[in-house]
Formats: sequence, C-alpha cells, structure tokens
Amino acid sequence: MSDEEMERIVFRPLVYSGRGFYALVVLLSGLTLLGVYAYITQLSQGLIVTGMNDEVIWGIYITNFVFFIGISHAGTLISAILRLTKAEWRRPITRMAEAITVFALIVGGSMILIDMGRPDRIQNVIFFGRMQSAILWDFLSIATYLTGSFIYLYLPLIPDLARLRDKLKNVSRFKMWIYRKFSLNWKDTPEQKRRLELGIGIMAVLIVPIAVSVHTVVSWIFGMTTRAGWHSTIFGPYFVVGAIFSGIASVIIAMAILRKAYGLEKFLKPKHFKYLGLMLLTLNIAYLYFTLSEYLTTGYSGPEAEALLLEQIFGGSYATYFWIFAVFGIIIPAFILAIPKTRTIGGIVVASVMVNLGMWIKRFIITVPSLAVPQVGLEWGMYSPTWVEWAITLGAFSAFSLLFLLFSKFFPLISIWEVKEAPATSDEVSE
Amino acid sequence: MNEERRRFIKFVGLGAAGVGIGLLGFSNLSKLLTSAAALGPNDLKMRKWGMVIDLGKCTGCGACTEACQAAHFIPFNQEWIKIYELHDNPLAPSYHFPRPCMHCEDPPCRNVCPVGATFRRDDGVVLIDHRICIGCRYCMVACPYSARYFNWGDPPHTPEELAHDYSPEEPWPHQRGVVEKCDFCVTHGEKGMLPACVIGCPSGAVYYGDLAEDAVSNGKEILRVSEVMRVRQGYRFKEELGTHPRVYYLPRG
Repeated sequence: MSDEEMERIVFRPLVYSGRGFYALVVLLSGLTLLGVYAYITQLSQGLIVTGMNDEVIWGIYITNFVFFIGISHAGTLISAILRLTKAEWRRPITRMAEAITVFALIVGGSMILIDMGRPDRIQNVIFFGRMQSAILWDFLSIATYLTGSFIYLYLPLIPDLARLRDKLKNVSRFKMWIYRKFSLNWKDTPEQKRRLELGIGIMAVLIVPIAVSVHTVVSWIFGMTTRAGWHSTIFGPYFVVGAIFSGIASVIIAMAILRKAYGLEKFLKPKHFKYLGLMLLTLNIAYLYFTLSEYLTTGYSGPEAEALLLEQIFGGSYATYFWIFAVFGIIIPAFILAIPKTRTIGGIVVASVMVNLGMWIKRFIITVPSLAVPQVGLEWGMYSPTWVEWAITLGAFSAFSLLFLLFSKFFPLISIWEVKEAPATSDEVSE
Repeated sequence: MNEERRRFIKFVGLGAAGVGIGLLGFSNLSKLLTSAAALGPNDLKMRKWGMVIDLGKCTGCGACTEACQAAHFIPFNQEWIKIYELHDNPLAPSYHFPRPCMHCEDPPCRNVCPVGATFRRDDGVVLIDHRICIGCRYCMVACPYSARYFNWGDPPHTPEELAHDYSPEEPWPHQRGVVEKCDFCVTHGEKGMLPACVIGCPSGAVYYGDLAEDAVSNGKEILRVSEVMRVRQGYRFKEELGTHPRVYYLPRG
C-alpha cells in the first residue's frame, strides 16, 4: 500500500462525516441522556429507586463495573503483550485496543460513583482513605491503570498527530489546534524517535503488571468477604482471565464495526480476526477451566451456604442465566472458533458478541446470587433491577460507544507511523 | 428515662445486697454504672460491653425489635435486633434467634470500610460515623450477620429526632444514603441504663453488661458470665469466622 493511499483511508473519517455518523451521534446521545435522566431521578430520590435492598446490596451497577473494567483489559494489556512479544501483526489494531481501555475505564469507574449512596462525599476516599480496605486498593489500581493507559494511548499518537498537523487541510480550527498542541513539536528527528520508542517500551512493560493488578483487585473486593461463592483463592486469576477473554471479544467487535464503517479492509485483514479469534478460543478454554475448577471444588465439599448457592445457580432461580452463559457464552463460541469452517470474520464476530453477552451475565451471576444467599435463617434475598438501573446501564453502553465514535473523528484509528515501520515480512504471502 | 435509670440502680443495689457484692464480683460494675458518665474517654479501655442472649427464654415476640426502633427513631424495615427462626438440627424443633450487631472484636465491616466511617471504640463498641460514610455498602456486604441496613430513601423524621444533636453513639437525625446498625445503646450503659432491647424484652432473654466485670443484667437478674457460659454451654454465632463477637448465646435447655 502506498503512503498516499494509507493516508487517504485513515484520514477520511477525520475530514468527512456522513449522515450515518450524525444519526448515530444523535441516537447515542439520546440514550446517554436517558441514562443521565435516570441518574438525576436517583440523585433526587435516593437509591430507593433501584431494585437493590438490604439483602441484595449490590446489583447491576456493580455488574457493569466488573464488565467494563473487564473489557478495559482488551486494549492496553493485549497491545502491550503483543508489542513486547514483537508480534508484528499487532500494528494496525493497537490504537483501537488502547482507546477501548481508556473509555471502558472511564465508564466502568463512573459505575462506582453511580452506585454510591453519597457521591457528594467521594473526596472522603482521599481524605479519610484507609489502605486496609480493598476499595482503596481498587481506587488506586484503577486510577493508576487509567493514567498509564492514557499515556500509553497518547505516546504512539504523537507522530500521527504531527502528520495530521502537517498534511490535513480543511479541518476545523479546533481540530488543528489539538493536532498542533498535542503533537508536541514533533519533527520526526532520530532523537525524538529514540525517546518515543523508549517511552513506549517502558510503558508497555509497566502496563502489564498494572493491568493484571486491576482485575485481581476487583476480584478481591468480592474475595475478601466471607460470602458464599466469593471467598475463593482463585478469584484473582479467574477474574483476570475473564477480563482478557471479554476484552479480546470487545476488540474484535470494535474492529469489525470500524472496518465496515470506515472501509479499513486493507488494514484489518482476515488474519487479524483469525489471530484474535484463536486468542479468544484460548481464553475461552482457560475460563471454562477456571469455572469448572471453582464450582467443582466448592460444590463437592464446600460449606452448606456454598451448596445452596450452587443449587440456585445450576437448577434454581439463577439457572436460566447460568445456562445461557454456559451454552451461548462459552460452549457455542468455542465451537465456532475451533472449527475452521466457521472461523470466518463473520463467525468470529458472532462468537465475540455471544462471549460479551455471556460475560455480562456471568458477572451478574457472580454479583447477585452470593448476596441473595441467606446468611442468617432461610430467607433468600430478591432482586430485580428497575427502569432506572436499566436506563443507566443502557446509558453507560451508549456513552462508551459515543466516546469511541467521537475519538474516531478526532484521531486516526490506525497508527500510521507504526504500520509504515513494519518490517517487510512475508506479510502478504501469509494471507 | 430517669425513672428507668433509678430503677436500674435500685435493682443493682438490691441485687448486690441480696447475693453479696464480693461473691458476684461486680463491685466495679455498680461503681462503673453509677459513675460512668463522669469517666473520660481513656477509661473506655477498662470496659468490654457485651451481651448474653438466652435462647431458652426468647419467645420470638419481637418486643425487643420494636423497643429498639422506637428508641432509635428508625423505620420498621430496619431491625437492628432482628428475630430469625433457625432450624439447624433436623431432630430438634426450630427456635427463635435474636440477632443484634455482634460488635465483633475483629469486625469485618470495620476492616473493609474505605473511609474509616465504621470504627471500633476502645470499649469494643462498633459504631458508624454517618458524617463520613460514603454509602458504598461494602460493610453490609462484608458483615456475616446481615446486621447492617441502608437508608435507601429519605428516612422518616419526627420533630424529636430532628432536634437531637447527632453523634455516632446516638446516630440521629438519620440521613439518606448511609449505612445504619445497632449501636449497643452505648450511651445508655454510660448513664447506668440498659439498652432498649433489654428493657423491652418481656421475658428477660437479653442481658447486657461489662464483660470485663464478668456480669450482665436483663433488668431483673444479674448473671455471672463465666459461670453461666460454663453451666449452659454458651457459644458465639459463627465462631468459626474468627470475628470474635461480643454477643454470647445460651442454647435452649
């Protein structure tokens, strides 16, 4: 591909917006505003407008929180691992993956604020914070991950911003101001290049343990309590594997949508979907293994509360959700990804959508039933989310999509300089 | 209130005279109960407020819950002391089980609180500072006894409740968006009175006192804790969790 062609394709979304774009912005903004309206309702009347109660203390806000923090692993972690292992095929997908991380963290983190009874006192976490609390661990690791991911998204953007500054004509003054300001006087000198590569290299190494810590600590919020189904030593790795699992699925879905919408077929080739699909299959099997290991150990000889919980999950009031997760979120995607005939772009995308739906349900099954188990007596807690909770959830997904959509209109989705620098391998041959 | 206090002091006096102060070993208790209000905060370390609940006497009438709700101005859906019906032995009938806050010596709720709103005083009473609580409800998730409640909406107010000066020891006026629970009526003890649930129990199943003094009272009689634990084989609920509750149960005889 020539430089001109590459730039033409990658720059196009930045200079041209069709009717579809505006329609989508209106739709997503509307749905986000619906969520905002629901949150205002909740602020004015209290959490009583939700389905949560003194037994089922956390609900789908925490489900969303775990889900979004999970898909945040998509990006930065996958991008960093592929960079560190020098997987050359990563080059066209890292930017999208890294952007998913930043936006998923912003939306996921705000779920905690939305779940709080007194969001006006959030500053107490800083002024009165106690390091003994897993919530503080979470606060610190997510803040660190967000900062790190932001830097890790920004550094490789600098040469591309400079290119936009130099080559783009007919864009708004605001956009040009961004490109000029944030390209930091980039002139593509060898010294600048050396420093940039060093910075990206350091961030790639740092981001891996930070990302692992984030979902480990999210799991510890649950694991540090004595609740049935939560008090488990494998919860840390179990959550990390689940996060990477749903993260890869999110990258695949985003890639497929953007490829279609912006005509990126020349960058995002079938092999990218195939490689990510195989990674997804690996994580699928790993997640299945962890799930089996967790349930079998507690179910075989766990305390009574654990047995009661598993009864409800496998055959009781949560069975529908569980089996939807197991069949449609794990087993069917595994076959779609394993059989070469169905491992097409279409098949891989369908599997990814199923995986993400399944993983949202799994996070629900992790959060809610353990709280519904009676700790004293026999009465199970009940929970059904209200319209406020659903509207906020819908708003969260819309806000996430909207942020990504707007990002795609300001910044190139493909890291041009990195793709250009790819060593001339047997790339085309391996197709 | 004052009359109750006088009655309590009188019964302490009568009990002391009747059974003999030295024998019961509660000379310090009566001193403590009568002069508690004058003690400084450092003296809290000398006390170990605790509770003994005689399951053999509990009829499950719910008077303790109602008395507690009235004394703390809390709505009916909050049962800081809640009566459960437990059936843990298939060969024995079910029984009533009042569950207050256990005021654990190693409280999971305190451990997980991100802002230190839940704290444990030197005398062992676990309280919540509602001026700091951020409403994350992690403490409710962590409590193995489901002893905590949340003000999901605006709590109902009364003029008397609103006129009160808030303190974690007497946590009203209540506010929305924070966690609440049994405060062990700690100001009652300091004034030489018994908690609302103890006074409210018509069958005298709930005893309260200073475990450091080895004595608890239900307002009618005084028990020597070590003695009654030995004879009745008292236990603590969910002992295996290692929370070290300050509430002891006496099984049905």
